[in-house]
Amino acid sequence: MNYTSKRKKTMLSMLAFVITLLHLIPFYILITTALKAKGDFSSKWFFPTEINWANFSEAWEQANLGNALLNTMIITFFAAILLIVVGSLASYPLARRQTKLNKFMYMFFIAIMVVPPLAALVPLYQLVVSIGLMNTHEVAIFNNVAAYLPLTIFLYAGFIRSTIPKSLEEAARIDGASTMSIFFRIVFPLLKPVTASILIIACVFIWNDYQFAIFFLQDKSVQTMTVALSGFFGENTNNLNLVASAAIIAMLPMVILFLFLQKYFIKGLASGSVKG
Amino acid sequence: MSLSTRKTAKIEKNSSLWWMYLPAFLFVAFFIVYPFLNGIRISFTNWNGFSQMYEFIGLQQYTRMLTDPDTWTIVRNTLLYGIGSTVFQNVLGLAYALLLNQSIKFKAVTRTIVYLPVIISPLIMGYIWYFFFAYQGGALNDVLMALGMDQINALGNSDLNIWIIVFVNTFQFVGIAMIIYLAGLQSVSKDFYEAADIDGASSFQQFKNITLPLLMPSITINMVINIIGGLKLFDVIISLTGGGPGNASQSMSTFMYDLYFSRQDAGYAATQGVLMMVIILILSLSALVYFRRKEVEA
Repeated sequence: MNYTSKRKKTMLSMLAFVITLLHLIPFYILITTALKAKGDFSSKWFFPTEINWANFSEAWEQANLGNALLNTMIITFFAAILLIVVGSLASYPLARRQTKLNKFMYMFFIAIMVVPPLAALVPLYQLVVSIGLMNTHEVAIFNNVAAYLPLTIFLYAGFIRSTIPKSLEEAARIDGASTMSIFFRIVFPLLKPVTASILIIACVFIWNDYQFAIFFLQDKSVQTMTVALSGFFGENTNNLNLVASAAIIAMLPMVILFLFLQKYFIKGLASGSVKG
Repeated sequence: MSLSTRKTAKIEKNSSLWWMYLPAFLFVAFFIVYPFLNGIRISFTNWNGFSQMYEFIGLQQYTRMLTDPDTWTIVRNTLLYGIGSTVFQNVLGLAYALLLNQSIKFKAVTRTIVYLPVIISPLIMGYIWYFFFAYQGGALNDVLMALGMDQINALGNSDLNIWIIVFVNTFQFVGIAMIIYLAGLQSVSKDFYEAADIDGASSFQQFKNITLPLLMPSITINMVINIIGGLKLFDVIISLTGGGPGNASQSMSTFMYDLYFSRQDAGYAATQGVLMMVIILILSLSALVYFRRKEVEA
């Protein structure tokens, strides 16, 4: 390697390093803020002289984050399971049976992907009130399932068409297997890679959901992390240190998962957006 | 195989198996399509959101919307959030991807850190940047003060805060654009560049004539998802400015939320919802058509 290209490489490495630092600034500010006691008005650029860990336990208790964490886990878990089961079942005939009805239904699901769910906020709210689902886990689960089903179907159907050989299903059919057993015993196990991607997309989006949660989960007992945090911010605008601690607690589970499963997160989220 | 079983097998093979997608259809029909159609109906009423009584008032909410000065501020903001974020995310995302496509140090760690905000809730991302931009004790004003400059109320200034919202949204999602461009760059064959080198093409010529045309599919995807995402912006506005001061930084989503829950103006909120739907449909479809055509040319 000659001298100039070596120097160019060092410069570019330095540039990458600087970009990394710039992107870390808001997180650094978040951490210094979270570690300072109320009334410590030193600059957010400096670490506190005395680290105040108590902010975390105080935020955890006052914002009721334990309860919020549990609610978020329940909603994410059941919504993800429903998405996988309902979505994969729906994709199979849409990918394999090219009848007129199925071609139309596939287009229907694809078209729904562009619809912003929030555009129908007023009537959706009215619907949820009228079926008595306000302030229940179910409403958040169902809304998220409906919102992400089109993307799920799109990803599953594409995967079935492009990677699952038809011959496997035909052989099973000749042996007299029913459609359901072909689907669950032969097709579904082969969908693992795309199921993993969908699970990651669904978990990140549903875990972080605020748009649905703020409308339908106002009651303290069913609040998710994001709703609890926005309420907590409203009550503590003059004690931002506590809010910063609460924000760290709220984002920590996803950040830890991301750092350990980075490869899958990046691949999964990219496949969702690439094809969406 | 007997004739009759072959016959049933054939019928089975040609059936739509519609019952397999019935549950999915019901979910979508009940929670998306029905509310959407019902929203169009409500947009012709003066419903306040809770009362049993309301009247159909024809196009009154629509004429009100078209003459409401707030509407134009909010449409302008929504377009700025959608198109502005899209431009910044793509330019920056492509630049990062070009950098990280080289064999340099800090490649993996830069990719991780740039991508990290993607998995954090936009609401929390808004609060994190709030600590930076806040008027009192914000990190930005500490710097300005140290430099002997006047402190600024960045989030309370209606000319500035809409750009801060674009900036924070870009910061959060530039990682997705970067990853999609990186994947696109890695699929471009090295042979093209070697041939161009032999022909004496400059790096800029190579970028313009090889890299960019071959990246068109990635550009299409990025444009469409960023436009759709930006037009729907909600969480980050709530945490940074709450839509204020006044309605100065509202998007269509936050404005609808405000109309419905704070002002009991459900009929009007539904009308704004119809407008939002129309804008998103027109913009995302035209972006898709435009860039697909480019792809064919390239």
